[in-house]
Amino acid sequence: MKRQTFWNDLKNYKVLLLMLTPAVIFYLLFAYLPMAGIVIAFKRYDYAGGIFGSPWNGFDNFRFFFESGDAFRVTRNTALYNIAFIAVNNALQIFAAILLFEVGGKWFRKIIQSAMFLPYFISWVVVGAIAYNLLNYDIGTVNVLLRGLGLEPIDIYNTPAYWPYLLVLVSAWKGLGYGTVMYLAAITSIDTEMYEAAEIDGANIFQRIMKVTIPNLYPTVIILVLLAVGNIFRGDFGMFYNMIGNNGILFSTTDVIDTFVFRSLITSNDIGMSAAAGVFQSVLGFVTIMLVNYAVRRYDKDRALF
Amino acid sequence: MSATELNVDKSFAKATGVRKMDRKAFSVIGYVSLTILALLCLLPFILVVSSSLTNEDKIIIDGYQFIPADFSTEAYRLLFKYPEQIVRAYIVTICVTAAGTFFGLFLTSMTAYALSRKDFKWRNRFSFFFFFTTLFSGGLVPWYLLIVNYLNMKDTFLALVVPLLFNVFYIIVMKSFLSGIPEAIVESAKIDGAGDFRIYAKLILPLSKPALATIGLFLALAYWNDWYNALLFVSNENLMPLQYYLYKMLGNMEGMRKAMMGAGAVITTAIPTESLKMAMTVVATGPILLAYPFVQRFFVQGLTIGAVKG
Repeated sequence: MKRQTFWNDLKNYKVLLLMLTPAVIFYLLFAYLPMAGIVIAFKRYDYAGGIFGSPWNGFDNFRFFFESGDAFRVTRNTALYNIAFIAVNNALQIFAAILLFEVGGKWFRKIIQSAMFLPYFISWVVVGAIAYNLLNYDIGTVNVLLRGLGLEPIDIYNTPAYWPYLLVLVSAWKGLGYGTVMYLAAITSIDTEMYEAAEIDGANIFQRIMKVTIPNLYPTVIILVLLAVGNIFRGDFGMFYNMIGNNGILFSTTDVIDTFVFRSLITSNDIGMSAAAGVFQSVLGFVTIMLVNYAVRRYDKDRALF
Repeated sequence: MSATELNVDKSFAKATGVRKMDRKAFSVIGYVSLTILALLCLLPFILVVSSSLTNEDKIIIDGYQFIPADFSTEAYRLLFKYPEQIVRAYIVTICVTAAGTFFGLFLTSMTAYALSRKDFKWRNRFSFFFFFTTLFSGGLVPWYLLIVNYLNMKDTFLALVVPLLFNVFYIIVMKSFLSGIPEAIVESAKIDGAGDFRIYAKLILPLSKPALATIGLFLALAYWNDWYNALLFVSNENLMPLQYYLYKMLGNMEGMRKAMMGAGAVITTAIPTESLKMAMTVVATGPILLAYPFVQRFFVQGLTIGAVKG
């Protein structure tokens, strides 16, 4: 009986299933099949054997990854950078969104929003070029200004200590418009009656922001932040790779899991360890997302991912 | 500034006069902060354009500056003196963007439509099948080996198009848009005897133009700005897209010089590397900056749809 319904359904949904086929094949091939490829992390990869024919070597790849100290360094960097990005970016975006909502006419808002959104549209390659333009030792604008003021120029591309601040700045710069648009949408959807009530009660503008706007933003903030926390072990490869590239002097403060995996694979061709680092990241990320999703569910069931 | 602080201190006061003062002070702070933020976002672009239009010697002596101190179009002239490589990179990027956006849009909307049909019993299962791939992955290595060693896609056009064809976020945004189309429309078409694909192609697609525009632009932007797939999969110079060409050029002026020599240039003087890099940056970003004022609102729209149902 149950079988029969299944065949019936199959017949009914024939066309819909056919319409889903390209996407299903795509994800089977490019997402699920590579998941099976995780076995490489437990093998000594050789090209003749390929993914499934290479000999096993147990946890050797993981041992190398952890004993070299790389695992700790790149994991710490990835997490710390993401925490800093989440805190700074969200604070700045909320600040900008509130101001945009409160201040100025239609044109002013439009122009400001357009300007702030612009960096979102350019590739990380271009951002890397701009950064070089601003920061390089000989002719970078920053050093030109410093020299102009009679100060010593700073050798940014050879000094790891500057980079955490710089990368936070770059991330804030590129993400400002995107986040501001999101938060502005959230603010715009706040019930105007609340503002009217606040007005009648004699609230001034600061009280309005602190007592009406910000509390109403809490749900959006909490969800966006929690979702970002779920991705805390995923580094933005494009950003780190184009800002730092293969400049090993800076790796102590700038190497993240993603750049490490890439270098191990492409530059040093250490396929086993690269795969191990990737698996480590995936598992860590998966556990984090599950925990975060559990937290979101407890907070607001409808906003949970699944 | 001290007057402002005074007003903040008195913020408990309910007299309207004070409230107006507060409002005024706040407006001033608001205008100033927003203008500064907006300028910080814009200035780097101005710097790039200005540097690309500055005489190389001037850059070497005085550094990059916001206004060209010694105006020169030398970098652009040199860049387009032997334009083969740039033109080729442009063609690659345009082809990749066009093919990727077209097929991506078609496949995304088709997938999203099937998932949005409320009478489709298995839609949640399929949704989860797609969604799960954002939670867990095999990592870069198996994916890379699959494409290079098993699918033999290295140095092919497909390697630049296929990896970005689908994106779960786009499917979700599209699906939530399509869910807003009244079911009655589909029902009545069904009664008229239209098949599911016909309903999608003739009825649903025309109704979802705003969402298609938004997703299409997201796709086009992703393809235009893509350098990552080229970094991984392309070594053939004829297949280098624009952003990757720029990336190569920024890191390797020596190679650039050789390429120009190879193209038959007799170079007697030093190549203006710094202004040339910036000119190339402008050339690679130009079309985005030109299209930006017209397409921006679609992105804002998309973010707002996405934000409603993340």
